[in-house]
Amino acid sequence: MISAPFHLAGERLLLDPAGALFWPARQLLAVSDLHLEKGSHFAARGRFVPPYDTRETLARLQPLLRRYSPERIVFLGDSFHDTGGPARMHATDRSTLMHLLGNRLVTWVLGNHDPAAPDGLPGEAVEEFHEGPFIFRHQGVPGREAGFELSGHFHPKASLPTRCGPVTRPCFLADARRVMLPAFGAYTGGLEITSQPIAALFPRGGRAFLLGRDRLYSAAVGPMKHLASAATRMADASLQVS
Amino acid sequence: MLAAAEAGQSALLIAPTGGGKTLAGFLPSLIQLHRDNRPGLHTLYISPLKALAVDIARNLTLPAQEMGLDLRIETRTGDTPANRRARQRADPPQILLTTPESLTLLLSLPDAAEMFGGLRCVVIDEIHALAGTKRGDQLALCLSRLSSLAPEMRRVGLSATVAHPQALAAWCARDADAGSVRLVRAKGGSAPAISTLLPAGRLPWGGHMGLASMPDVYERLKEAGVTIVFVNTRAQSEMVFQALWRLNDDNLPIALHHGSLTVEQRRKVEAAMADGRLRAVVATASLDLGIDWGAVDQVIQVGAPKGVARLLQRVGRANHRMDEASRAILVPANRFEVIECRAAIEAVAAGEVDGEPPRPGGLDVLAQHILAMACHAPFHPDDLFAEVRGAAAYAGLTRRDFDDTLRFVEDGGYALSGYERFRRLFRDSEGMVHVRGAQVARQLRMNLGTIVDTPALKVRMRGGPVLGEVEEWFVSTLQPGDNFIFAGQVLRYERLDPTAVIVSRGGEGEPRVPAYAGSKLPLSTHLAMRVRGILADPAQWRSLPQAVRDWLAMQRLRSELPPLEGLLVEVFPRGNRFFLVAYCFEGRLAHQTLGMLVTKRMERLGLGPLGFLGTDYVLAVWSAFEPTDVEHLFEEDLLGEELEEWVAESSILRRTFRNIATIAGLLEKKHPGQEKSGRQMTMNADLIYDVLRKHEPDHILLRATRAEAAGGLTDVARIATLLARAQGRIRLRRLEKVSPLAVPALIEEGREWVSGTAEDALLAEAVALVDEATEGEESFTGEVGDETGHPPPPEHPLRTSRSMAFARRRPRR
Repeated sequence: MISAPFHLAGERLLLDPAGALFWPARQLLAVSDLHLEKGSHFAARGRFVPPYDTRETLARLQPLLRRYSPERIVFLGDSFHDTGGPARMHATDRSTLMHLLGNRLVTWVLGNHDPAAPDGLPGEAVEEFHEGPFIFRHQGVPGREAGFELSGHFHPKASLPTRCGPVTRPCFLADARRVMLPAFGAYTGGLEITSQPIAALFPRGGRAFLLGRDRLYSAAVGPMKHLASAATRMADASLQVS
Repeated sequence: MLAAAEAGQSALLIAPTGGGKTLAGFLPSLIQLHRDNRPGLHTLYISPLKALAVDIARNLTLPAQEMGLDLRIETRTGDTPANRRARQRADPPQILLTTPESLTLLLSLPDAAEMFGGLRCVVIDEIHALAGTKRGDQLALCLSRLSSLAPEMRRVGLSATVAHPQALAAWCARDADAGSVRLVRAKGGSAPAISTLLPAGRLPWGGHMGLASMPDVYERLKEAGVTIVFVNTRAQSEMVFQALWRLNDDNLPIALHHGSLTVEQRRKVEAAMADGRLRAVVATASLDLGIDWGAVDQVIQVGAPKGVARLLQRVGRANHRMDEASRAILVPANRFEVIECRAAIEAVAAGEVDGEPPRPGGLDVLAQHILAMACHAPFHPDDLFAEVRGAAAYAGLTRRDFDDTLRFVEDGGYALSGYERFRRLFRDSEGMVHVRGAQVARQLRMNLGTIVDTPALKVRMRGGPVLGEVEEWFVSTLQPGDNFIFAGQVLRYERLDPTAVIVSRGGEGEPRVPAYAGSKLPLSTHLAMRVRGILADPAQWRSLPQAVRDWLAMQRLRSELPPLEGLLVEVFPRGNRFFLVAYCFEGRLAHQTLGMLVTKRMERLGLGPLGFLGTDYVLAVWSAFEPTDVEHLFEEDLLGEELEEWVAESSILRRTFRNIATIAGLLEKKHPGQEKSGRQMTMNADLIYDVLRKHEPDHILLRATRAEAAGGLTDVARIATLLARAQGRIRLRRLEKVSPLAVPALIEEGREWVSGTAEDALLAEAVALVDEATEGEESFTGEVGDETGHPPPPEHPLRTSRSMAFARRRPRR
């Protein structure tokens, strides 16, 4: 696994090919959009999708914690698919999660899917988390007043043209003011970075880092102003990432 | 047929298309009703097409009246109004005409036993088009249920000529007992008159559209009254339609018909055809079946027919009368297709038909059926298991698979506990299975049916009507302003809105044509064998056109002809690479799978494979180094672990899983109009597949997926046959340059398949290329056309390539 360094507000950040962001100076690991218990959310509605999503997502988190040994974990929102999620967790998965969190500092940034602190889990729940020059929030805020921002919510993915046609992967998307993290959950789909809601946050383009097996594939993204301004009314309708 | 009916015996009537098959199926019922016209449902008719059911109902009313019968003959389809449905349940007509989907729905209702208890006969039309498909599986299960509800019921199957009549009889039979079905073969009418039409001038080396022949095709349209022009793909139908209209100086009414047009549009074309308002219709398989128009004078097949049974089905659409020969013209698009057309004509003349016997039924369909049966009434698993096994398609079903499917319906059936509290079914103290709550039945109705559409987007004229659908991935390759051909017109892509692709009437530039995944039928084994036979035997070349004979003679001179047994492999350098061309003749699907396996092996041997391409006839592979040890590349152990690993990763298996998961009720079916609600609950089948494969590889849905893929989707059986045929009999020719027979493959458009692992290599390559071009410059760069009003200075020629043009959305996976 080779992580890619990225400098934001003078700080050195590491983008990990697993889809997490590590800030070495503060020993802080951030992941976004785990959507834990999405499977059981569907099952409760009669769609018995495999119940292994929480297990799988936690299994992906484990090596990251071992690798970076962060003092703080920041979950960037939509950590659970719905507020009932923590209560539906399998006992095994719950104890895995407790074990992973250990005695680290845990910050649950609240998201649209999980607007309340997760029941019975350690850590603080906040709307926004400020640390150093950065603001950690679930959904990015357009414009300069957003500060230096680390966010999630949109599940960005990008398609790169290759010799054999385009290849699509979840990705980080970054410019000089912000980094948007890919969704980390096993059952989370993606939204193209050229779609309006994402383009609105990156009107001047930026750089995409596509997740690969053991490295990131980075490519510049041209300005997306024309995409950002077009049809703003679609902002929510086209967002089918749930 | 009458004798079978008198004896209360089931029957399978096999007759060429036309010839009043359907009426023959109904006659015994009409006679019985004439003798004893009692109320209640007497005969049920099932057709694969709604339109056919409606048409038959109309055609049946007249003879019934002539017999002085006072009968109620009604249809029931998705279009039947609610009040008539309710009346049909309370007071069923004597004869009811319906489709497999509507029948499943009726059988899931609590009063199904009352409605069908007195049923005497079920007539299944176009049974050859249903058996072996998922709709057929669904129907087979329903037939078993009907036999339980109405033990007196006899079954009457109506079929076109098929290769495996006994297997079809078993399919039609109760308890899979072919012996209980009287097989009735109608005498063939006049043999069809099939000819070949070659383009004036040069015979094309490659291509499949057949556009070079359009002037000649147009002349034929002018000469005949009414023509159906059949093509092989929807893309081809659009191209052929455009080409014909460009030539249409006489303004002949020529229409277009394919499965991606709106239903209303298709109905309009069918109605115009029935009224005799059209001179020609360009159609895909969407018109293979359909109501009898009577007045079709000729059928023109553009492109090779790919299978004999399919050709016969299409030819039979012309002149539905026993006493006159159907007229058909084959229009091969290239040299290989000339030979294929010749082979098809010979097969028809020899009275041979191809096709596989119906495959075993799918567990996804069984899952849907189990839920439907539970909605009808509580059942005991032992009883339902016995009933299900009574259908030939499920005669080989194991108790384990049945129980696992039942458990899947109950609560997902996962090894990990947790979903018990969400159960849809529960068992009482006597072991009877009940549904829990009325919402289960609602969900069943939402999910009913076995037709799963590929993710498609509606195409809507700006401020106008919906024209049809194109696949999502095609839209992803479009930029606003691009032109494409659809629904017979050139359209300009404006934008994507949440419900549809918005277009306007076309503008400038070369238009593109949407292609549709998996719409090509591979060459049938039977035809392939005949093609090989013709190639290997110069005595048979006499009937071929001069250009083709010269081509084959040149091949014999420069290399050699593909042998009837064994396998010809040519290796030659071209450009900076080496080409390996294997003349397998096993169809596109098999060649694509084989290509992946062979290139994997070449990679291990350090031959540096760069890509491959499978046509219906050959596999071509190109590599950096000269392939040595070619025997090893085609050894039978190719089908070992590598295959399994690749197949599991392949897009085919993912697509199969998505369909199975949808039919089994794991994923929600898309419903027309539902998209309008905006944000819907979507779940990505690929992600589910990956998680399930990792955590419970033996889950019933994955077993069903693998079984289905092995049973034909990847054509593994054909690869196995090929490799066995090739063992020790590989004819290797090392040539200095490309051989005449290899040319069509080398100019064929297409690209290799890429599996998950290879994707990373491709990404690395693409990124490395850009780095090289920009000397690793990391800064964010603009693109030409930047709206900030700072056009890039001309002294930076590399400027555009620094920023990779992102594809708007991905085409596959």
